[in-house]
Amino acid sequence: MPTPDAETPATGFTNSATEVCHLLNDNERPPPGAGAAGPPAGDPPPEARTAVLELRVRNHPGTMSHVTGLFARRGFNLDAIVCAPEGAGATSRMLLLVAEEPRLDQVERQLAKLYDVLSLRHRPDLDADWFTRLL
Amino acid sequence: MKITGAQLLCTLLERQGVRIVAGIPGGANLPLYDALHSPAGAIRHVLARHEQGAGFIAQGLARVTGRAGVCLATSGPGATNLLTAIADARLDSVPLVAITGQVPRGLIGTDAFQEVDTYGLTLPVTKHNFLVRDVAELLEVVPLAFELAESGRPGPVAIDVPKDVQNALLEADDLPPPGRVRPAPPCPDERIDALAARLAAAQRPVLYLGGGVITANAAGLACALAHRTGAPTVCTLMALGAMPPADPLFMGMLGMHAAYGTNLLLEEADLLVAIGARFDDRATGKVAEFCPRAAIAHLDIDPAEIGKIKPAFLGLVGDAADILRRLLDRLPAQDRPAWRRRAAGLRAAHPLRHPPRAADPLHPVNLCRFLGELLPSETILTTDVGQHQMWVAQAYPVRRPRTLLTSGGLGTMGFGLPAAIGAALALPVRRSLGEGGSEADGLATDQGSVPAGGRPRVVCISGDGSLLMNIQELATLAELDLPVAVLVFNNAQLGLVRQQQELFYGRRYAAAHFAAVPDFAALARAFGVRGLRLDPARDPLGALAAALAAPGPCVIDIPIHEGANVLPMVPPGAANHHMIVEPEPAHAHA
Repeated sequence: MPTPDAETPATGFTNSATEVCHLLNDNERPPPGAGAAGPPAGDPPPEARTAVLELRVRNHPGTMSHVTGLFARRGFNLDAIVCAPEGAGATSRMLLLVAEEPRLDQVERQLAKLYDVLSLRHRPDLDADWFTRLL
Repeated sequence: MKITGAQLLCTLLERQGVRIVAGIPGGANLPLYDALHSPAGAIRHVLARHEQGAGFIAQGLARVTGRAGVCLATSGPGATNLLTAIADARLDSVPLVAITGQVPRGLIGTDAFQEVDTYGLTLPVTKHNFLVRDVAELLEVVPLAFELAESGRPGPVAIDVPKDVQNALLEADDLPPPGRVRPAPPCPDERIDALAARLAAAQRPVLYLGGGVITANAAGLACALAHRTGAPTVCTLMALGAMPPADPLFMGMLGMHAAYGTNLLLEEADLLVAIGARFDDRATGKVAEFCPRAAIAHLDIDPAEIGKIKPAFLGLVGDAADILRRLLDRLPAQDRPAWRRRAAGLRAAHPLRHPPRAADPLHPVNLCRFLGELLPSETILTTDVGQHQMWVAQAYPVRRPRTLLTSGGLGTMGFGLPAAIGAALALPVRRSLGEGGSEADGLATDQGSVPAGGRPRVVCISGDGSLLMNIQELATLAELDLPVAVLVFNNAQLGLVRQQQELFYGRRYAAAHFAAVPDFAALARAFGVRGLRLDPARDPLGALAAALAAPGPCVIDIPIHEGANVLPMVPPGAANHHMIVEPEPAHAHA
């Protein structure tokens, strides 16, 4: 998993288009399929890749809102969520099914800033099917 | 001894060192106000006339002192009225603790009178928020709120307290210690070594300072870095004051309303060192074309800012003052005479264009320059939002950290007057803090003191559109009799809207002009504040100086040309080198 301080290696004195394309402001983001950010025009979309994040969080009535609200207001993708208290109930564990995209690192950093999020790790052993089987 | 939740809340605020709170009482926070009323209390309450005013008064206090400001509101509309000030604090990283009353716990969720989901409403605009469900939770929540508001990247924290929790009794013999700033973990040495090496290898480095430099009391250290490396330095709106404008390396504000030469310099830079800045779109213009030749090193206390907008080859997470001090320890002096000459040449080649003072004393650029000559360097200036704000940023020399208070991120019209009230309330506090904080700040900034024979003043520069958005705070100002002067740059319009319609919407002026504009001088007098209007034909600058020299609050209405534009300007969404620099068409002089 990327460390909180992950950095791209120095690549010289210019920024290539691929370095910046996923970091444009909303009004500058190319439409899907255009430019380097999207799949090549005309090709069928590649199967969406997903990742599973596990959060340990403080267990109180607002925690779920804090986590889901972050995804909504920052325009991050959140496909599925499972949450249950652990131990004596002071903390919960949350599993999030998210898109594996370049911005995932930014998602993780924003999640890590939430006061109620105690720790965060990747769960490569889980996938989208795991969530579907719970339904 | 048993005390009520409200009394406990007051005691915990006192223990935090809070001496002034701003707010408005209402049904759901009456127990708190009853506790504040106690003659033994150390907290002075400032009664605002609108909760948004209370929020910005608290922000004024916070922006001047660096300590969390505190504002109070009742439930429902009291809380919703606070939201704008809270969101504003979030975007400008201002420490704020907002305490709202809530309907009693038993009524929550019943659509009770003045019930609104304050927790849900404040969640996306705070650093963190609390709904206190039990009186004992106050013991933990209040110190934690201050710790969170002031630690790391500061921000607002909201505490919603149901009325019955305020009335509940508890045994409070054992009070928790006050919440304190948690120091940021130190940045690893390797990162600082890497930055030092890169700085040594760079040929055309530029420092890009953001508001975080001022928050970290690192302005003097940032200036020292500029001088050590011969690096020209640009500031965001929030960083103005971090470097004295007379410094030969100072290149002013970057971005949408920068001097053209400043944006051109950034095109040429081969290394950009961002310190406490967040690559806001008003600073970067079209991100893909921002600093196209530069490798970016990014220092920030918030790890999520590194690479959020623009990839950095090197991220340094930590306290800016600590990182800069350690960087300076290992950085030999480097002179870059050719690069310095290039910067000076670009600055000289692209000055602000404006008519001479004698010909047009009330041109906004001339006004800002004149105020810069008139006002001592420690004068605190607040602005509202719009053309006047950008003219201040371009032309008023902000000489010291924390002397320009402006709504940068949210861009809230109505900020200026209540923030000026808060700043004026903070003047005695600021003096007791030793004029602006740590020794780091003193490295390069001038150490001016209160002007000989002069009274310290807070000046709010506003517009006729912005001022009306919190005009009711003139009543607060009259009541407190604070040395606040409100200068209205009056063009009878929403000037920046009109300017954008002129430049980008085919001169279709939709809803930009006010058909009725109040007589601001008479309005001020109606509130019990001295008011006057400058006459362009009768030594207006002399009249302005005289009005500012007289004691007490005042409103000075200044007629400015209706067609004046803030130039140069980057069209929204364009790259920073695509600036509209044409001087405005000659307008008829009144």
